[in-house]
Amino acid sequence: MGNFYKDNIRLKRQFTHPLMHEIVALREKNYTESEQFDYAPTDFEDAVECYDSTMALLGEICADVIATNAPYVDRQGPSCANGRVTYADGTQENHRTLTEASLYGMSLPRRFDGLNFPTVAAIMAAEMVARADAGFENIWSLQDCAETINEFGDEELKAEMLPRIARGETCSMDLTEPDAGSDLQSAMLRAWWDDETQTWRLTGVKRFITNGDAHIKLILARSEEGTTDARGLSLFVYHKDWGGVTVRRIERKLGIKGSPTCELVFDNAPAKLVGSRRMGLIKYVMSLMNGARLGIGAQAVGISEAALQAAHQYALERKQFGRPIIELTAVAEMLSVMQAKVDASRALLYETARFVDLAKGYTEKAKNEGLEGDERQRNKWAQRNADMLTPILKLLASEYSNQVTYDAIQVFGGSGVVEDFPVARLYRDARVTTIYEGTSQLQVVAAVKYISNGELPASIRERIASISEPELAERFTHLADELEHAVNYCTERGNDLFTLHQRRLVEMGGHIVMSQLLYAERGVDERAEQSFRHYLAMTEAWSAERKRFIEIFSPEQIGLK
Amino acid sequence: MTKIKIALLIKQVIDTRISEGWAPGADGTVDRNALPAIINPEDLHALEQTLRLKEQLGGNAEIVAISMGPQRAAEALRECIWRGADDAVLISDRKVAGADTLATSYALALAIKKVGASLIFAGRQTIDGDTAHVGPQVAQALGIPQITYAEEVALEGDSLVVKRRLDDGFEVVKSPLKALITVGSSAAKCRFCNAKRMLRSRKAEIKTWSAADLDGDLSRFGLAGSPTQVLYSEPIVTESKGGVVLTSSIEDIATLVAELRSNHTIE
Repeated sequence: MGNFYKDNIRLKRQFTHPLMHEIVALREKNYTESEQFDYAPTDFEDAVECYDSTMALLGEICADVIATNAPYVDRQGPSCANGRVTYADGTQENHRTLTEASLYGMSLPRRFDGLNFPTVAAIMAAEMVARADAGFENIWSLQDCAETINEFGDEELKAEMLPRIARGETCSMDLTEPDAGSDLQSAMLRAWWDDETQTWRLTGVKRFITNGDAHIKLILARSEEGTTDARGLSLFVYHKDWGGVTVRRIERKLGIKGSPTCELVFDNAPAKLVGSRRMGLIKYVMSLMNGARLGIGAQAVGISEAALQAAHQYALERKQFGRPIIELTAVAEMLSVMQAKVDASRALLYETARFVDLAKGYTEKAKNEGLEGDERQRNKWAQRNADMLTPILKLLASEYSNQVTYDAIQVFGGSGVVEDFPVARLYRDARVTTIYEGTSQLQVVAAVKYISNGELPASIRERIASISEPELAERFTHLADELEHAVNYCTERGNDLFTLHQRRLVEMGGHIVMSQLLYAERGVDERAEQSFRHYLAMTEAWSAERKRFIEIFSPEQIGLK
Repeated sequence: MTKIKIALLIKQVIDTRISEGWAPGADGTVDRNALPAIINPEDLHALEQTLRLKEQLGGNAEIVAISMGPQRAAEALRECIWRGADDAVLISDRKVAGADTLATSYALALAIKKVGASLIFAGRQTIDGDTAHVGPQVAQALGIPQITYAEEVALEGDSLVVKRRLDDGFEVVKSPLKALITVGSSAAKCRFCNAKRMLRSRKAEIKTWSAADLDGDLSRFGLAGSPTQVLYSEPIVTESKGGVVLTSSIEDIATLVAELRSNHTIE
């Protein structure tokens, strides 16, 4: 009876953001597909109605099926026997329900049986599914592998693989190896050309592979013998029907227990090359990872939303000292902090998704018909913003989901650590979000160049120009000044100090961006206003603290080296 | 094999399962705008049975959802199509308004004849009227067998084998393919809408028939054809010693629900 779309007005609103007109027109090639496909929209309003009704359908399934199954899936988990994985019963039901409802392949082109929805909608879907069951969301979100095949594969490969994904075949991205985690360029799984059968073959071991027994796999492998770096790696596709890959074991984990994490053995498994040799890591995996990082942002927001709602509900109902605990300032403040972090994360999530959509839309248009006028500039602008915001989103949203679920348990008190309530599971599920698809530390590395080259500070200044209230403009200007001061302070004192404090600098920038996005949303309702005020105040406090710490702490003071 | 036409009778009702935030008015009526409109829950169980039967028939069936109600009920019919029904008809006319279960059954029976359906499915009862009259009365009007409280319907040769859920167990009966079956909530839940079907038929026009289209006796439609008359209704307040007296006000209902939740009577 619930609905994770209809009960959260913050979702639907994303479809009426001013940029959506441009995004949808690009996605729908000016609504020309409706001549060919009867389920394609005829104009912007029609498209939004399509997104709205589809999200409402998914929201219903999330609330009634996936969320209901989540605690049982968490307990049962998947199993592994004879080299194959069997999902938990609830996972199987979730997958079957979504497949029967034609909800897989949401962002695939219609010619491959997809719904051709923009990233904003796909991300919203991921957020809702994660709110219902973060572990299952991994299986759901891996369908994004289709994006990589669609972007870089040849027509034949696309026609072979993509409609299968729309029919509910699952995917995995097989990158990590025992000795290649964050350092992917040292991947050693061997790809060799088999002259006899005229096919590529894969030999070796992959580890920590989410949904490793998937139907369709994207595999990073070393195709160039004798190489040891990124330039020797290519990307391959493997289908389960071809045989040659077995699951040696699945991991016992802290959280996201519904998604099987596999150790895989490739025994001369046949595979097909995606795109060109040597571009595997340098180009394709980087693109795949960026999409996946946006997905983890959505997952983190979904987990945080679930924790916030559970804690809020509990605080309204639980009575101590003769009144609901929400009336206690200590609890109310915690909830307000949680709400501000959830709203800040979500604001950045959809802002990033919009830039990704624009960049994808213009890149696609450039391929098909070419760009004219200022479209080339707009494409570059969107791509730059997408690249800049994606690691900041992944960093902050995942850290916040850990903080929000931590606080949710605190609101629940003793009940928070028993498994009868959902928050214990949410807390366990949140933990890995700061680790997979690039650790927080790696997100900092990806984001910091936009701090040092001045792009992020400049975009912050740009946004200040549109703030009409003098008091707020002044507060934001002060924050921008503090950031610039801190950046200059580190830059002037050399690499080591900069490296030591780069995370603090990225966070300072990220907090200001989030505050500014909340500023833009604040008029919509009381909650938006509360989140903006609270988050801005925290941003100011965090900024002052970081600035001070940067000034007093240098690399020599690090202990335990 | 010719296609079997299956009629599915549905009603759009307000979701009275929602326990908080509303209360019946002094005259016992419910403000229809205060609650969301849904397909009557047991009608959805019936829809699922028709879809399963169609699968058993290798797709060799056509499911036509039929409803009587205001224009807005077209939404409910459209949802039936999104969930898998092939076609839909709405009987909507001021002349059929105010019908009791007898007049409703009369109009529905005429529509079923006009559609040409031989097999009819309906929910056991609605959550607004709670009478469970309409299904059996339609069977009576059509002169065909009725099977109530169905839980599972299976095809066996030229017959249907129906498992009926009863208070003290179940019963399995056999019937020809010409019958009316009412399905209860113990039957399988209805599948969800299919996104592509939904987008494809998002603006589907729902055929609307007036009383005149049904080609019946005008005096048997609507209020004119309804022998049932509601004189008054009264909210019943049960009292017991040591208990708390609650009325049917929004506040008291909220108190009751909070109490039931805190002792885990309801979730």
